[in-house]
Amino acid sequence: MAYTEDDLKKELETKEYEYGFYTDIESETFPVGLNEDIVRAISKKKEEPEWMTDWRIQAFRIWKEMEEPEWANVQYEKPNFQDISYYSAPNKKPKYNSIDEVDPELLDTFKRLGISLDEQKKLAGVAVDIVMDSVSVATTFKETLAEKGIIFCSISEAIQEHPELVKKHIGTVVPQKDNFYAALNSAVFSDGSFCYIPKGVRCPMELSTYFRINQAGTGQFERTLVIADEGSYVSYLEGCTAPSRDENQLHAAVVELIALDDAEIKYSTVQNWYPGDAKGKGGVFNFVTKRGLCETNAKISWTQVETGSAVTWKYPSCVLKGDHSVGEFYSIAVTNNYQQADTGTKMIHLGKNTKSTIISKGISAGKSQNSYRGLVQINSRATNARNFSQCDSLLMGNECGAHTFPYIEANNKTAQVEHEATTSKIGEDQIFYCNQRGIDTEKAIALIVNGFSKEVLNKLPMEFAVEAQKLLEISLEGSVG
Amino acid sequence: MELKEKLVSSFLAFENTVDVDASIHDIRSNAIKIFEEKGFPTKKEEAWKYTSLNAILKHDYSIFPKAESAIEFKDVKKYFLYDLDTYKIVFIDGKYSSHLSETTHDKIDVCLMSSALMHDKYKVVIDRYFNTVATEDGITSLNTAFSHEGAYIHIPKSVVADKPIQIIHFSTGNEAAQFLQPRNLIVVEENAQVQIIERHQSLSDAPVLTNSVTEIFAAKNAFVDYYKIQNDNAQASLIDNTFIAQQANSVASVHTFAFGGNVTRNNLNFYQNGEGIDSILNGVTILEGKQHVDHNTLVHHTTPNCESHQDYKGIFDEKATGVFNGKIIVNKEAQKTNAFQSNNNILLSDKATINSKPQLEIFADDVKCSHGCTIGQLDENALFYMKSRGIGEKEARALLMYAFANNVLESVKIPQLKNRINKLIADKLNVSIGFDL
Repeated sequence: MAYTEDDLKKELETKEYEYGFYTDIESETFPVGLNEDIVRAISKKKEEPEWMTDWRIQAFRIWKEMEEPEWANVQYEKPNFQDISYYSAPNKKPKYNSIDEVDPELLDTFKRLGISLDEQKKLAGVAVDIVMDSVSVATTFKETLAEKGIIFCSISEAIQEHPELVKKHIGTVVPQKDNFYAALNSAVFSDGSFCYIPKGVRCPMELSTYFRINQAGTGQFERTLVIADEGSYVSYLEGCTAPSRDENQLHAAVVELIALDDAEIKYSTVQNWYPGDAKGKGGVFNFVTKRGLCETNAKISWTQVETGSAVTWKYPSCVLKGDHSVGEFYSIAVTNNYQQADTGTKMIHLGKNTKSTIISKGISAGKSQNSYRGLVQINSRATNARNFSQCDSLLMGNECGAHTFPYIEANNKTAQVEHEATTSKIGEDQIFYCNQRGIDTEKAIALIVNGFSKEVLNKLPMEFAVEAQKLLEISLEGSVG
Repeated sequence: MELKEKLVSSFLAFENTVDVDASIHDIRSNAIKIFEEKGFPTKKEEAWKYTSLNAILKHDYSIFPKAESAIEFKDVKKYFLYDLDTYKIVFIDGKYSSHLSETTHDKIDVCLMSSALMHDKYKVVIDRYFNTVATEDGITSLNTAFSHEGAYIHIPKSVVADKPIQIIHFSTGNEAAQFLQPRNLIVVEENAQVQIIERHQSLSDAPVLTNSVTEIFAAKNAFVDYYKIQNDNAQASLIDNTFIAQQANSVASVHTFAFGGNVTRNNLNFYQNGEGIDSILNGVTILEGKQHVDHNTLVHHTTPNCESHQDYKGIFDEKATGVFNGKIIVNKEAQKTNAFQSNNNILLSDKATINSKPQLEIFADDVKCSHGCTIGQLDENALFYMKSRGIGEKEARALLMYAFANNVLESVKIPQLKNRINKLIADKLNVSIGFDL
């Protein structure tokens, strides 16, 4: 039975009535629940070609058969997937009319992060004047990118305008059946970004710069696809240091990176979603699948700073398929209060002379649990593969936990794998040293934490490194006993 | 009939043959229920991810030995530490062999589990310790259900065992395939000390599967030094479950030398309960052929000011696979814990595999915990250096391997045993090195 707009409207009305809410039909929110019709409706809404609809349906059928994974070292109440609305058109109306209406606490944080006033408005959802500088900057950026032949747009746009590229690459790195959340995302992804760098082009700017100014509100089920053609280079930053007060509880994003021969992708993430209050109530569930594929001589580098979300479940991975390819993973995960993070990486060495580096820094405070979970796999054909892993944990207070679950699998005699992990606390002597020199304890801790995380912070694009540093400070505020 | 069904259905028959008091009976009946529910572990379980029992469970094992087999000491002398005066508890096909053994009740008890379970004299100790630290997973419960024979060692307060104790299990191959389930209980009271050497040896090519459970209790200031020699033939598989409960200021060390066998799984668990405890876990694994060794260790720190040291070295050739799955848990209360774990491996062949999973779960902040894992090869430069000085390739490689495993070998406290292990390694590497290492 075909599902028409009318049916939808009717269902919407009755559904909402059931719960006693009043909803403006204009807001175009789908009824709660998930079935094949909803998936079709999402696809239709976005005017997608048939292959895309079929692809989503296929993913949905796979998802139905799957069970939610439980192996991660996190505890939370499982979301009810039939209780979520899977499509909501972006709200065009600004949330506030003037910056004075914005929560002063939020503004204070912005100020401390050093975000410019215009950006503050944008991030807080304040109506922005059209002639504002940043918009013209964005237009200039757009021209520069177009000149080089770089495609950078939303994934929905890409499906319309560059179907051949999307069709060829989507799902090749993270297949629909990869895992529970990836399957769910494949079926219902709302939007996301698409980026294509042509052969031999070095993207002239950090795509982050552009992103920061022009980014639309990220959806709940975001899908990102970055393709770097032979010999190209791109640096991409996702997320924002600014705290985002997202209404959605469940986030299941998928990011696919494809680095063709000699290409290099640098993907940085700063995640600072709502972690719930100090008592552990509320907060975002962040279940993300991120994976990159490296062809010959290619390089993918993941950098992440994770400070937000109540539950994080995230393993940016590299499949080192081509000979001489390189994978890198630099991560800082900070958990405070009741936050739980289970994060790490997978390095799959398939090609000869492949190299990977893992540097993971976990900082747990309050009553939080912070786990590193990683896999280094050297396949039998991966001659001379080399891996170096280091995961350090810092514990603050005796009610938090730090855990390490590394998996190391070597099937080739020429493999060289090193794994190191340490767990420690901030030394009293270190703090004493700082106190002695007039640095108060809170500042001293920030200083030491920054030193502990330096190796990773250095990998971030410049302007974010500065903000991330401050972010660490803010995240750990009040955790000193 | 599948092995699981066979075991469950023969439980009643087994219960009828052994005459024991009610408390043990309850433990056994309860354990068989747990086994019936949980069964043998599969690769789906995280702890058994890299080790499959399927191939070794498909043999038609006989569960009770049918005939008594006698073996002459001269035939098996080489499996003993014959140049050292020791107590010996020897089993042939799961049955106690009195003529090969040397037990005692003088000051210390070195005797049989079956007699300890039967005599009232031991009831206090049995009631207090038996099955109190063994876990309730499927494979351990299976052993508990059939627990009957094994070694019983009790070292009373402030006694130092006058000589080391050897526990040796032979299987003769009189049966087509044999399933053995020894159960050992070792209680070392306050200030007491003991050294134990355990070995499982198959004397034929018939398949053998041993599912052994050992419970060790080290009271305050006790000292336990335990050596496991696993150098069996290619048809013999071993699942060794060892549980060690330690009290304040005790030192317990377990050294595992895994040089052979079909599938070997070592579940080694240390539970600390008291301050100032030191737990030492050492292992050397040298494998070739299609052998598989899985070291699954757990050190659970529950009290402050304790230490643990783990050092596992592995050398893998041909199609051998090695697994190291080490876990350290530090409870919130266990401040000032120092826990170290290291796993170093050398791969000599392209078909050999290593899966290593060193885990830390830490809930206390004032701790020093670290783990390290490496996989690498023999240093070509060092080999060249030795070859250029007239040391043959084979010997040079062997020397490097000795050097690699040296830390662990040095920690063996019985000189005769150290010599024996050095010889075993030399045999394995097919070299004769003309000087003491």
